[in-house]
Amino acid sequence: MKNNKTKLTPEEHRLFGDLMPEELEDVLHSGFNRRHFVKLMGLATAGLLASYALGAEQLFARAVEMEDIPNLIPEAIENGVTVNFKVNSTPRNVLVDSRMTLLDTLRERIGLTGSKKGCDHGQCGACTVIVDGHRVLSCLTLAATCQGKSVITIEGLAKDNELNPMQAAFLKHDGFQCGFCTPGQICSAVALMKEAKEGQASFATKKLSTDPKSIILSEEEIAERMSGNICRCGAYPNIVAAIKEAQTGKNVPQNWLFTD
Amino acid sequence: MNNFEYKQAEDIATAINLISEQDNTKFLAGGTNLLDLWKYNLTNPSGLVDINRIHGLAEIKELSNGGVRLGANFKNADTAYHPIIENKYPLLSKAILAGASAQIRNMASNGGNLLQRTRCYYFYDPDVPCNKRNPGSGCPAKEGYNRIHAILGTSDHCIAVFPSDMCVALAALNALVNVEGAEGKRTIAFADFHRLPGDRPDLDNNLKPGELITSIDLPDKGFAQNYSYLKLRDRHSYAFALVSVATALELDGEMIKDARIALGGVAHKPWRSTEAENFLRGKSANESNFAAAADIILQDAKGYGHNDFKIALAKKAIIRNGLMALNPQSQLPGAKPSA
Repeated sequence: MKNNKTKLTPEEHRLFGDLMPEELEDVLHSGFNRRHFVKLMGLATAGLLASYALGAEQLFARAVEMEDIPNLIPEAIENGVTVNFKVNSTPRNVLVDSRMTLLDTLRERIGLTGSKKGCDHGQCGACTVIVDGHRVLSCLTLAATCQGKSVITIEGLAKDNELNPMQAAFLKHDGFQCGFCTPGQICSAVALMKEAKEGQASFATKKLSTDPKSIILSEEEIAERMSGNICRCGAYPNIVAAIKEAQTGKNVPQNWLFTD
Repeated sequence: MNNFEYKQAEDIATAINLISEQDNTKFLAGGTNLLDLWKYNLTNPSGLVDINRIHGLAEIKELSNGGVRLGANFKNADTAYHPIIENKYPLLSKAILAGASAQIRNMASNGGNLLQRTRCYYFYDPDVPCNKRNPGSGCPAKEGYNRIHAILGTSDHCIAVFPSDMCVALAALNALVNVEGAEGKRTIAFADFHRLPGDRPDLDNNLKPGELITSIDLPDKGFAQNYSYLKLRDRHSYAFALVSVATALELDGEMIKDARIALGGVAHKPWRSTEAENFLRGKSANESNFAAAADIILQDAKGYGHNDFKIALAKKAIIRNGLMALNPQSQLPGAKPSA
């Protein structure tokens, strides 16, 4: 992940120069790190990024600079399990304690802190990741059971500087306030798109097997299908609007407006 | 969160051997309930035997008797979306989709769904007595805050409810549970699988120690024409049932040839009443007969204060769900009135 010290695009340069001038040198010198990202989130929440849309989108798409975390020595673990699996298409080989959840492995061992630990009991959805194409709760998944599997986290959704359409829709619709539940919301919503495309019904679907299979999601459907992701800030109307836009590909009006 | 050894089994025989080799070892399938309980210190396994890679446990297949076999490791979501289940056993699809969240349904196995433990808050709170967690210590729920608790089949020792939605449909469909252990294979009728609390509320079901659920068989009769699953809860989605009803009818014109009614959220197991079902047989499928059946089902219902409302709620739910089963397209999730 050392290649993140790439040059800033002109749009990003303008954004940092205007809004975070004191960080500009730092970013140019040592790359875009977590602290910059957190500050950027703050600016996004304050609505200050709207006029820098392109630069901000590119920055959100960037993987944050992370150090590789060395494996523990086997003697340090009583019940060690070696797991080979893929995280965001990168093969990983980690020695974990048998008790370690996938969430803790991602955050504490692989350095991907995008997936969040909310309740750690499968009630909030903040830890949602996509394993072999299915959205699951990484807090209730033991890393040891992930041998040979492929895990996609929020860090793996964007392609280079291009956001996943769901990420772009969340930005456009302000589908968050504090942002803590957002990585889980977005991973969940990305998987939801596939489920709807495959015609998988929800409890709110009138007909169980549909023909043609693909389901266009109403607001009620989106609410039902996203019920495993809790947002304590209550950004639900904006989350629903974002998912609607991403699913239909059509422009959905924002629920909010700037006022003078 | 105690330390445990993690072992993987590639076949059923190995899994059963691994379980019997070491005391206090548990099978790990989806893990959605087991890991939660372990993190709360409510279960302290010394070893986990991962059964997810056992060949043949994660499939659905049609049986020669016209029924369908659900592999124990087949996921809840995959079961609900399977064309055979959607078309032949839509009641089961509906009940699965009414439970948990998309993420949990993707993880949870069919076998594991049967083994969920109660979500009674006293059971989950290690600072208070609980006969289920610590036999003989007492049951604070009876005099405590018992809004979510049982109204049927309770005992002095426990008023907890069994939380599954899927199992309510399986009870209505007369499913069979196939298990395998060190002493061989056996099949348990669904009605005999879960227990009432009695004086041993620590035992949720009749599985013997070390026995593994290998599959669940659905009989030929799927009630695909007239069925409905109604779930009433505090939130519109992703909450356990206060009362849920699975109704399956076989009709001859307006006359009921066969009826199945199972209730969730009201007892220590999915609740069936053969007396009420026998009463409905040969009767017209109408509101007054469903109301009379509800009275039979609820004749021994007993509230504990905060959950008194469940008796009236269950009666209304049984009537409404009976009417919705006449036209399954009319069923709507949750508390919204039917179209």
